[in-house]
Amino acid sequence: MRHRSLLILTSVLTTGALTLTACGSRDEGKGSGDNAGGTTTVVIGVDAPLTGSLSALGQGIKNSVDLAVQTANKNKEVPGVTFKIEALDDQAVPASGQANATKLVGNKDVLGVVGPLNSGVSQQMQGVFSSANLAQVSPANTNPSLSQGDNWGKGEFKRPFKTYFRTAATDVVQGKFAAQYLFKDAGKKKVYVVDDKQTYGAGLAAIFTDEFKRLGGQVVGTDHVTVKETDFSSTADKVKSSGADSVYFGGQYPEGGLLSDQIKKTGAKVPVMGGDGIYDPAFISASAEANDGDLATSIGYPVEKLDTAKKFIENYKAAGYKDPYAAYGGYSYDAGWAIIQAVKAVVAANNGKLPEDARAKVTEALGKVSFDGVTGKVSFDEFGDTTNKQLTVYKVEGGKWIDVKSDTFNQ
Amino acid sequence: MHELPQQLANGLALGALYGLIAIGYTMVYGIVQLINFAHGEIFMIGGFGALTTYTALPSGTSLLVAIPLMILGGAIASVAVATAAERFAYRPLRGAPRLAPLITAIGLSIALQQLVWQFYPDAKKAVSFPEFKGEAFQITDGLQIQRADAFILALAPLCMLALGLFVSKSRSGRAMQATAQDPDTAKLMGINTDRIIVMAFAIGAAFAAVAAVAYGLDKGQINFEMGFILGLKAFTAAVLGGIGNIYGAMVGGVVLGIAESLSIAYIEDIPGMQQLGGGAWSNVWAFVLLILVLLVRPQGLLGERVADRA
Repeated sequence: MRHRSLLILTSVLTTGALTLTACGSRDEGKGSGDNAGGTTTVVIGVDAPLTGSLSALGQGIKNSVDLAVQTANKNKEVPGVTFKIEALDDQAVPASGQANATKLVGNKDVLGVVGPLNSGVSQQMQGVFSSANLAQVSPANTNPSLSQGDNWGKGEFKRPFKTYFRTAATDVVQGKFAAQYLFKDAGKKKVYVVDDKQTYGAGLAAIFTDEFKRLGGQVVGTDHVTVKETDFSSTADKVKSSGADSVYFGGQYPEGGLLSDQIKKTGAKVPVMGGDGIYDPAFISASAEANDGDLATSIGYPVEKLDTAKKFIENYKAAGYKDPYAAYGGYSYDAGWAIIQAVKAVVAANNGKLPEDARAKVTEALGKVSFDGVTGKVSFDEFGDTTNKQLTVYKVEGGKWIDVKSDTFNQ
Repeated sequence: MHELPQQLANGLALGALYGLIAIGYTMVYGIVQLINFAHGEIFMIGGFGALTTYTALPSGTSLLVAIPLMILGGAIASVAVATAAERFAYRPLRGAPRLAPLITAIGLSIALQQLVWQFYPDAKKAVSFPEFKGEAFQITDGLQIQRADAFILALAPLCMLALGLFVSKSRSGRAMQATAQDPDTAKLMGINTDRIIVMAFAIGAAFAAVAAVAYGLDKGQINFEMGFILGLKAFTAAVLGGIGNIYGAMVGGVVLGIAESLSIAYIEDIPGMQQLGGGAWSNVWAFVLLILVLLVRPQGLLGERVADRA
């Protein structure tokens, strides 16, 4: 009997051990001390999944912030200040994000942080940054409670952390926009809702469900999938036998791509729609079955179509980064640039030097920044949310995401 | 309940996959009492080996020609890594306390994942794997079998049959049984136990490669992390069926697969259980089943009572 219990013990141990390994980090651009070569060094922290299945998005975030920093240094955007990035890997694991946040807070040269990608990771980082008065700008978090408090759904808005800002619009905007498109433009009336139980996915699916029902649509069934699992055939068969004419998926592309593929394989010819979490080439490429007709909403207008973004795309290509800027490149660049602008304002107000309480001052200045960024006008409202509420619906056609409708959301 | 045959078929195909991987856990445990936690990664490497073989083939090769070659290529990769792991990581620790090789296996598992992540081109995210073209087989109105599922449902029994014959009839197979029963006496009888142990690792790895090809053909993608959860499930299947027993591994896999797919489909229909059903809870129900079985039969479904090792 001793060996049986050893078996159980070891399986528990392995799970723990493998979770711990997720804490490793790569790419540590160490911030050097002050006054290196007559200038002050300001470090902008970056936290994103740089490895693992979401690394395609994370690398795009890191590179785009790096580009913003390079541009600022080249143009001498803030006289006497040289910017650097320190990029840490969170592997989309909340505990790793928290450890990274502590590490960034410990480096006194860090005056602002861009990241993370995942709302669930952000929840664990906000408190750490808040107690250190360190500003955080996420290019990709969309869960409303991060900026509007847990009771936003009941109409009570309370900003929980004054250090938290984001350049991405929230899921309230995105979920409602998706429901309206699916019901009105695509004419679907019976939807099956699946989510991945994560902060982002479950939140988005709930907002979508409410709006879809309010419009008069019918939710014929719900199910949940587990992140990193790959066999969803039982769920797919439930979708088929429910008679749904469409599926809404709250989650990320690794599970979304497989789910869509396995639903199509049952013979149910229904489109899968999701949020910006599935808007990635990997959603299509990872499964060979045609995803044509699947839909995704994403924040902002297509970067390629914005005049303001042409220069960003040009510079990104010229810089020769290995990975593409992906879905959040433009927002990451703007997030980095917002921190640079805040530092600029703080330095200008203090006779060209960084003040003693630079972190608190930068946080304060960040609330007031306003500039024309890659994704349009960049400024933050009283909750730290972006004032830019543009959205686009994309559709898979011939193995590519094609934008089908762009609009500015107003309830 | 009209979709019951379909859900059973889904569970059977998933279970056959678990079973093929579980063979690797059970054979190694049966002979050296080592839980080879790196076996999930051996499975993953089998998948990447098969994909490499496929990319090396001239484009336009029919999948029917490619599949045997892919299995071969995957098996070469996985067997090479598994036997190297045995030779350089586990053999030096054979006399060491039980926990040392176990921790080594965990370390090896992490190392293998990171190596593939780092060095296989484009493996930092999921990479596409060839898929069967064409519609699923429509058996009856309520039952269709995906081509990839049919593939594994046909292949798994064949593999089991071959393994069963090998273990019971061949000289090496009987030597393997002898080593499992009592390694020291087997050695005295002139059996090269080191060779037998390597063979157990190799057979497990080859089965994992077959499973990896079936998995890739079904999902259309493989990734460097795929061995972790599947490995854990397969290990569970091996324990459920009775670890050390090769038929137990397959039975355990099938029971686990069917339990998962039925719990996804039907638990939520039970009045009052709506919150506890669906894909979110399938793993919970699978492990509830495991605990129930182990309470009644600590040796697993087909396990034999091994008094001397308890």
